[in-house]
Amino acid sequence: MLRLDRATRDAIVAHAKRDHPDEACGIVAGPEGSDRAERLVEMVNAAGSPTFYEFDSTDLFKLYRDMDDNDEEPVVVYHSHTATEAYPSRTDIGLASEPNAHYVLVSTREHGNNEGPVEFRSYRIIDGVVTEEEVDVVTHLPARSTT
Amino acid sequence: MAIEVRIPTILRTYTEDQKSVTGEGASLAALIDDLESSFPGIKERLIDVKDGKDDLRRFVNVYVNDEDVRFLGGLEATLSDGDQIVVLPAVAGG
Repeated sequence: MLRLDRATRDAIVAHAKRDHPDEACGIVAGPEGSDRAERLVEMVNAAGSPTFYEFDSTDLFKLYRDMDDNDEEPVVVYHSHTATEAYPSRTDIGLASEPNAHYVLVSTREHGNNEGPVEFRSYRIIDGVVTEEEVDVVTHLPARSTT
Repeated sequence: MAIEVRIPTILRTYTEDQKSVTGEGASLAALIDDLESSFPGIKERLIDVKDGKDDLRRFVNVYVNDEDVRFLGGLEATLSDGDQIVVLPAVAGG
């Protein structure tokens, strides 16, 4: 299960709507091993495409260096589909390279840049196998465990 | 001559879970060959053959001292003792 606070969920949706008809992409970082999606980082889609996304290689390097400095990892990797359902494409599955991440897909096919509901779904993608999981949206993440 | 190489999560199955390993080589190609001798299988994840020639895989990024190696000559990039290499899979999809 993926647990997300509402503000982060809404920010991902807003990013997807803003970038429609191109795909939007980004991550939510969190402390290593914690599975807590705490820090949203919107990334530029270097492909600038309605059918493909790719983090710019220099941005990618900086992102991972920052996470490394903060003892973080990508808890969520998200992107949008702008004409198809919120389900990983063959390309998504082939290129998924974060076995610990929740892969979030948002589909903006129905309302595009406008107000209105979107499909918001989450998956694990490990060795080419896709497993959908529940998304639990909470007002705030529970306090960090101190143990 | 020792070059530190940071290994991404997805490739740590080849490095006995080590986040960082050391290797040697005067070029990126030589370094990858050296890594392959210590961690069999890793080369194939980094390199494929295009038009009969080895090339970095399209969706693998390698950085030498913070710079994308594609701007430094790719596999031919010259390395020196103390260089820091970071390997990161592209975050990409369709």
